[in-house]
Amino acid sequence: MREIQEFTLDELKHLFTPQAITGETMVLNMGPQHPSTHGVLRLILELDGEIVLNCVPDIGYLHTGIEKNMEAKTYQKAEVLTDRMDYMYTMGNNLVYCLAVEKLTELKSPARADAIRVILLELSRLQSHLLWIGTSALDLGAMSVFLYAMREREMILDIFELVSGQRMMTTYIRPGGLWRDVPAEFNDAVKQIVDIFPKRIDTYEALLTKNPLFMDRTKGIGKIDTKTALAWDVTGPTLRATGMAHDIRKANPYCGYEQYDFEIPTQTTGDIYGRYKVRVEEMRQSVRIVEQALNKLPFGPVRDNNPKFVPPPRSEIGVSMEALIHHFKLWTEGFTPPVGSVYSTIESPRGEMGLFLESDGSPKPYRVHYRTPSVPLLQIMPILSKGCFVADLIGIIGSIDIVLGDTDR
Amino acid sequence: MGLEQKLGNTGVVTTTLENAVNWSRTNSMWPMLFGLACCAIEMMAAQAANYDMSRFGMELMRASPRQSDLMIVAGRVSQKMAPVLRNLYDQMPDPKWVIAMGDCAACGGVYNNYAVLQGVDEIVPVDIYVAGCPPRPEGLINGVVALHNKIKSERFAKWK
Amino acid sequence: MNELLTPAVFAIQSRYNGQVSEFRDEVTLLVPAEKIIAATTTLRDEFDFDMLSAETAVDYCPQTTPRFHMVYIFYSTKTHQYITFRAPLNGDNPSIATMETVYPNANWREREIWDLMGIRFEGHSDLRRLLLPPNWEGHPLRKDYPLGYEEVQYTFNFDDIDLRKPKGVR
Repeated sequence: MREIQEFTLDELKHLFTPQAITGETMVLNMGPQHPSTHGVLRLILELDGEIVLNCVPDIGYLHTGIEKNMEAKTYQKAEVLTDRMDYMYTMGNNLVYCLAVEKLTELKSPARADAIRVILLELSRLQSHLLWIGTSALDLGAMSVFLYAMREREMILDIFELVSGQRMMTTYIRPGGLWRDVPAEFNDAVKQIVDIFPKRIDTYEALLTKNPLFMDRTKGIGKIDTKTALAWDVTGPTLRATGMAHDIRKANPYCGYEQYDFEIPTQTTGDIYGRYKVRVEEMRQSVRIVEQALNKLPFGPVRDNNPKFVPPPRSEIGVSMEALIHHFKLWTEGFTPPVGSVYSTIESPRGEMGLFLESDGSPKPYRVHYRTPSVPLLQIMPILSKGCFVADLIGIIGSIDIVLGDTDR
Repeated sequence: MGLEQKLGNTGVVTTTLENAVNWSRTNSMWPMLFGLACCAIEMMAAQAANYDMSRFGMELMRASPRQSDLMIVAGRVSQKMAPVLRNLYDQMPDPKWVIAMGDCAACGGVYNNYAVLQGVDEIVPVDIYVAGCPPRPEGLINGVVALHNKIKSERFAKWK
Repeated sequence: MNELLTPAVFAIQSRYNGQVSEFRDEVTLLVPAEKIIAATTTLRDEFDFDMLSAETAVDYCPQTTPRFHMVYIFYSTKTHQYITFRAPLNGDNPSIATMETVYPNANWREREIWDLMGIRFEGHSDLRRLLLPPNWEGHPLRKDYPLGYEEVQYTFNFDDIDLRKPKGVR
């Protein structure tokens, strides 16, 4: 085990004011073990009394080496690692990888697979926002929202378990479609969520939106404007709260998002309260998308039928020699896409999630790079927190909705 | 036998000191609020209303290691986090226990690479391993109950 | 090629000696490393590519000229187009000018590349390791850095490997 390597003030003096060196202001360490940092985030704060002068995030406490590890596995096996990266939006991690592989190999996912993908992705977004509303309200002292939000989250996780057998790390979306078709109970289970969810969102709003304690702690705090947000590559609800209606689902649609009718909620304030309003409205829009997708869920296959890239159905392996050979080749050697690099993006609950994938023609990816939305969000922490109180810092960390698995990879 | 008859029905129960102490240790165990990665989300789910860990006297998560008895290592431990984790373990007062929750904490899980510690038992002694990636909340509760059973059979000294 | 991209691609090609290639409808421009800052400034100011969406590097290890490719992916919120720049870098200790002056968010991305790939950025304001501990040796994402598997213990070599393993203090 390595020793804890501490930064000296000398190494960080370009990030602090000169008063920090002379001791007139206080340098305070926050994290990596702290109940309100949403994971293992460490912030080094320079304080003048209660006021934050500078904030230096120190990340990497969850660095998992996923990018390096994926280079050592075949395309099918590497997908399993992607689940565990942004662990609140696991379906999206799979999807962005599958979109890149599909682009590389020119596979096409069928219409039914696309519609099921959209349903599951929007449910994932819903569960991510639910956990966000629970934990960030908990940080600001509202305990009961957490219990309600976790109750509803279980319903969504039950659906994930229904389709894939796992609650969180599903690996259900595969290159060329889905792992298998959804079971018969799927439609009713999703229908139930569509029916009850709008009322449940009203419940959270009743607890928070007009709550004076919540408003006092969120309005006008952690402000950012559109120009700064764009320069620092901030996307997702944080950007939309500044008034810019930018959403990858509308701008560069994937999985047939252009067929669904939904709006991009925006606010103009750019503060914590604005982000809260945007996310709550996004939850309503997600329910709308799920409802539309469920109503026109087409029938048909859920996987591309190119046997060189997509494993054959289980039922064929026993009766077809060809299928057995393809199955064996795919799971031992893997498939070989052409040489080249692609970049695919989706809209995660935190912003633009992208994947740069380079292939050298071998069955293993040559280079994988995840462009994750949490990195720019955490990078603007010094800008958001400048001049605020230490207590407000907790609210700001909660409002930008970072996932440390996402930043550190 | 002898004492109970004399006391009659005055409401006194006799037991051994070990049983009494172990009983109180199991039923007021304070876990440390220490989430690392994916498993932390399932740990929160175990705390919430559906699974409700407070049935086992564990509703009070303490953020400070100095007030907690149980460290639930929920998630993968990176090489950068490892010394911090050991530091936190050293700060916990005795008696203390460790649950390695999930495959990553137990053995490194799917991450057999340079960045992840291959099992948290390389740096802290682990009492209970909970398998799963991530374990279901029921799995964590099962691990907690197994730990309680283990504590109930603890002895203070080796009697000659 | 998308007609929205054509003017930008033509300008970079003619002014900065860029080589265009296209794969799966994605346009990549290979720009010499010393002209990358000028080329991106043109792209941002004249063609409205207002976001640096991703910045990463690729290691082509046994090859030395070029050993690395810096990869920049830009996005325009007006036309919703992506464009990729690549800058080749030679040798084992490469360096390139920092993109921080054009797009401030390159700060952490370049720290990450320095940490994991070992490419030095000239003029960077805060070039420290981002993800790994400050006393780490080597740059893990390079192809000549081992993945670092834990050795598998069999009955015949169990004791040998067991001696090398770190153990907890009990």
